[in-house]
Amino acid sequence: MLNAKKFISIISIMIISGLALTACGSNSSKSKITAVGSTALQPLVEEAANEYQQNTDNVSINVQGGGSGTGLSQLQSKAVTIGNSDVFADNQNGIDAKKMIDHKVAVVGMAPVVNKAVGVKNLSMKQLSDIFTGKVTNWKQVGGKNQQIEVINRVKGSGTRKTFEADVLKGKDAIKSQEQDSNGTVKKIVSSTPGSISYLAFSFIDDNTLQPISIDNVKPNDKNVEDNSWKIWSYEHMYTNKNIDKSTKTFIDYINSKEVQNNLVKKLGYISIHNMKVTKDANNQIVK
Amino acid sequence: MEIKKKLLRSSKETRQDKLGKGISYLSIGFIILLVSLILYFIISKGLSTFTQNNVNIWDFLTKQDWSPSSIGKDGKPEVGALPMIITSFGITILSAILATPFAIAIGIYMSVISPKRGRKFLQIIIEMLVGIPSVVYGFLGLTIIVPINRHLFGGTGFGILSATLVLFVMVLPTIASLTVDSLNAVPKYLSDASLALGATRWQTIYKVILRAATSGILTAIIFGMARAFGEALAVQMVIGNATLMPKNLITPASTLTSQLTTGIGNTVMGTLGNNALWSLALVLLLMSLVFNIIVKMIGKRGSIK
Repeated sequence: MLNAKKFISIISIMIISGLALTACGSNSSKSKITAVGSTALQPLVEEAANEYQQNTDNVSINVQGGGSGTGLSQLQSKAVTIGNSDVFADNQNGIDAKKMIDHKVAVVGMAPVVNKAVGVKNLSMKQLSDIFTGKVTNWKQVGGKNQQIEVINRVKGSGTRKTFEADVLKGKDAIKSQEQDSNGTVKKIVSSTPGSISYLAFSFIDDNTLQPISIDNVKPNDKNVEDNSWKIWSYEHMYTNKNIDKSTKTFIDYINSKEVQNNLVKKLGYISIHNMKVTKDANNQIVK
Repeated sequence: MEIKKKLLRSSKETRQDKLGKGISYLSIGFIILLVSLILYFIISKGLSTFTQNNVNIWDFLTKQDWSPSSIGKDGKPEVGALPMIITSFGITILSAILATPFAIAIGIYMSVISPKRGRKFLQIIIEMLVGIPSVVYGFLGLTIIVPINRHLFGGTGFGILSATLVLFVMVLPTIASLTVDSLNAVPKYLSDASLALGATRWQTIYKVILRAATSGILTAIIFGMARAFGEALAVQMVIGNATLMPKNLITPASTLTSQLTTGIGNTVMGTLGNNALWSLALVLLLMSLVFNIIVKMIGKRGSIK
């Protein structure tokens, strides 16, 4: 008897609380923004969203990772309001870029990095490309020690790899090699594996654990990216659908405002979109 | 009238009975629905590589080039999953071979040699090993096993050997605890009879107890293999993820699961790149089905009466 009563009461409590929760979810008058996608852009959008929500009451912003591909496909199926991407939507298989608006919010520079013991600090663009296509396999061929080159690539389809391949390999295929799925892992591996080479976003090359490589004697730094003398960089995009609502527009405008671009963007290791002296289009063509 | 009504009305207990039954059936129905939806989703998605994108299933199983998101030299996308399939089986079998002797030793100690002390210490250790999340194993592998292999064998240290060693620690508790159960299930009179006939303890263990528990131990090994086959995160962190045909144990390779975890965020639903990953998931699903069937078959054939 008692058990049955208990049982029924538990069930009814569950049902009632379930109803209460759904009610809570639906009755809020806040407008919701969901931004999903690129993990490289995630920290910036998260921080910006936090600051933005402190000043505005009627909006709630939810930021998630998942990868550029996920972001764009979720946006295409209208499941999210913003799709964060490291690559132009035009270059992502299965995405109709014409139905989206591209908001470029930051620039990321990337540089080749090698293990410190390799003894190489500068490479020509041709040498770099030869290393990643497998034509050069020993460091002594490019002025280093007699040591085998261990190429550590990023996962196929990752934004960083797409940028690197477009700017360095220019259509050639990289050799099959180790693939890692995050900047952090790459950093850890290159700093500890003799003879290894990979590439990282500038924000990850902040300490002395690995050796960044100059290309044709141009140093990888923000200044050189801004006038395109350093070639390997890409935009961080926040894509929205064509009929963008007002609160989303205001949020993206906020990220592109001087306040965020000059403080948060720099602090997190990105390059401000306002400082760029050139633009790049989806076909990797530079316009001054 | 009143009395008739009272007599014909179902009692409180009957209603309780019906309610309980209803709730149980509802729950079971829900679970069955859930499982069949998952199966339907994986199978339909996994097969669309072959039905929608017209990839030859034979090519998928036998070719060695994996690059489903881009067009290969012959104008077709490269969807050859053989390297991943081979590597997955490789690390599964190697880690099971490595873990089984240790697991059996632990089992014998805990159930025959010293049940009291065994239960006190080893039980705790085994349960602790089970409880550690796989990402921690992966991290330990990345910071300890990979550098050691690098020093011993050169190269980067990433590869099948590192993955095998990490999986060894991960499947050991699974195999060991199931082995203990099956050794404990051997009837006491068998070993008593053996000892009474003058056999030593080792002879009893080797010729009677282990023989009687063989099917249980095999089941334990298969369960361990199923765990190894499906492990994603820890393996992905130490294997290097190169979609190359494995030539030896110390160069980077890639498993079905590691390819899934690294690739899924960078592909778009409905494209070949994404469908091909679902096909890998389908292979995993079919394999776990095979493992289950093997366990059932062993259970049927080898149970002691």
